[in-house]
Amino acid sequence: MTLSSPETLLDLHHRMLRIRLFEEEAGKLSEAGKIPGALHLYVGEEAVAAGVMAHLSDDDQITSTHRGHGHLVAKGGDLKQMYAELFGRATGYCKGKGGSMHIADLDLGMLGANGIVGGGPPMAVGAAFSNKYRKTQNVAVCFFGDGASNEGTFHEAANMAALYRLPLVFVCENNGFGEFTRQERHQAIHDVADRASAYGMPGAVVDGMDVMAVYETAGEAIARARRGDGPTLLEAKTYRFFDHVGVRGMGVVYRSDDEVREWRKRDPIDLFEARLAEMGILTREAANEVRERILFEVREAIAFAESSPFPKPEALLEDVYTVAGGVA
Amino acid sequence: MTTAEAPAGRSIPYVTAVNEAIAQLMREDPDVFLAGEDVALYGSVFGISRGLLAEFGPERVVDTPISESGILGLGIGAAATGLRPIIDIMFMDFMGVCMDQLVNQAAKMKYMFGGKAKLPLTIHTMAGGGRSLAAQHSQSLEAWFCHVPGLKVVMPSGAYEAKGLMAAAVHDDNPVMVVNQKSLLAASAVVPEELYEIPLGQANIVRPGSNFTILAIGAMVPAAVEAAEALAADGLDVEVIDPRTLQPFDIDTVVASVRKTHRALVAHEAVRFGGIGGEFAAQIQEEAFDYLDAPVGRVGAPFSPVPFSPALEQHYVPNAEKIANEVRKILGKQV
Repeated sequence: MTLSSPETLLDLHHRMLRIRLFEEEAGKLSEAGKIPGALHLYVGEEAVAAGVMAHLSDDDQITSTHRGHGHLVAKGGDLKQMYAELFGRATGYCKGKGGSMHIADLDLGMLGANGIVGGGPPMAVGAAFSNKYRKTQNVAVCFFGDGASNEGTFHEAANMAALYRLPLVFVCENNGFGEFTRQERHQAIHDVADRASAYGMPGAVVDGMDVMAVYETAGEAIARARRGDGPTLLEAKTYRFFDHVGVRGMGVVYRSDDEVREWRKRDPIDLFEARLAEMGILTREAANEVRERILFEVREAIAFAESSPFPKPEALLEDVYTVAGGVA
Repeated sequence: MTTAEAPAGRSIPYVTAVNEAIAQLMREDPDVFLAGEDVALYGSVFGISRGLLAEFGPERVVDTPISESGILGLGIGAAATGLRPIIDIMFMDFMGVCMDQLVNQAAKMKYMFGGKAKLPLTIHTMAGGGRSLAAQHSQSLEAWFCHVPGLKVVMPSGAYEAKGLMAAAVHDDNPVMVVNQKSLLAASAVVPEELYEIPLGQANIVRPGSNFTILAIGAMVPAAVEAAEALAADGLDVEVIDPRTLQPFDIDTVVASVRKTHRALVAHEAVRFGGIGGEFAAQIQEEAFDYLDAPVGRVGAPFSPVPFSPALEQHYVPNAEKIANEVRKILGKQV
């Protein structure tokens, strides 16, 4: 798929909108007390997941973060199994055993959301090492945030990826905050991509609200990795419209409402739809039709989840270990 | 349960048994690789991977930077995507550096993902003191890992166990930690030339006996046997059991023994307080309370970091004499 083909552009739009609607509805369910626990929602960051995942097949792997729904949706996650997992049902992706922060689909190459900041990078090294060892053309992509870029695991992983020339792309989703702490209060640098040269790999900053820019830059990095030229560190400047956890956008102590409003003017989906309309590829009406179709899929998935059974008590002790002769 | 299978044959040291196991496992399965600090060019600081780089090449015997979290993660990601890694963490004391990858990622991935993940990962490490390597290079921390659901832990007590347990660990489709003992590296025993497995979760009665049970792990197994020989002079007939696998633990073999002997103690090199001996002793008294004629004793190291000076360390690491004295104490005799 080339950047200029309508199919590519419509696919990017679809991926982003699917994430947005999945997350917004999940947020409402959480507020209504129907989803237990905490949700870390990806609203506002959709262009990053969509722009990267459009280059990946099921055999390319990703490691993810606590804000992982967007990654899984963009990689083709099944919304029914996703909602069922959030609802803690037996039909969920993880049989209700993992929840939001551990949602995974290994068949799609999605090696799990992760409740540990910085937990992903070392495992992404392992997946990329495995691709190289097995002589496939597959690539591993490691998603992590500005907060995680301060964890020792990122530094170890970056060094190892460059040293071994692994087929690995590091994608830093810099949304300006490590949890509730603004970037300038948690690291001395402004561009996380500046750290790339410290490890011996190229780095690039990209506008994370511009899906076409992400698509193009990620495409270059992924192609580099696939042809054996080693890792790249991409930094996507993005923003989360909701709180670190939950749905509150405004009225939080660590950022002003004005700041949120300013960033909302650069909503990646609004921006892209305007461009698509300009290019004559997707009219407003057609965009609404896409939205309605996805909403239908979302509502169907929620209904499936709500009517699914909870895991039985026996499930508590299942799958602690792989049993000899059993299938994973 | 079973007696040691030790047919007449060639005798090799523990370190060679580990080396042979890894070499044979790598020959058998191209998905097996070894990664860790100084495992390739140097052959490991303990010699366990000597010769492997020459035979298998740098793609399969991988020197890593000093990055324990990265090394563990390399193993986890590779195991999750079809390979069968052996990851070496040079000293068990360094587990603190990579705890998250081990405890929150490797151990929990299968469960958290609802059973889909399979992590056939072996984590090899070296534990124990007595070599003047001091506080940060001498610990026995197996209790920490027995406590984490999703991990398995084995602790070979001799060359025969070292090869058989390494094979079982690598063949197992779960994260298995192989805790080898640096004080046993030169200890020789008869070891079959072919590759064989000691089943995980199966204890071994090293020395059958009738009126006292010593459950010993790792380097304390030979020490317990030595103690048993000394105690024979006291008219005791000590049964020594080596669980071989700590997690999962073969309580049944131990209970069967205690039903016979009525008295027991657990011996390990690790610090006594909070050591795995506490768990084993608790299980013994739960399952065999009515058969016990004395409290279940425990021998372990004193509650301090491992001291450097040999004048101190000699009092720190448990040995046959300490085990024998604890037995006598339990029996109400003078030390």
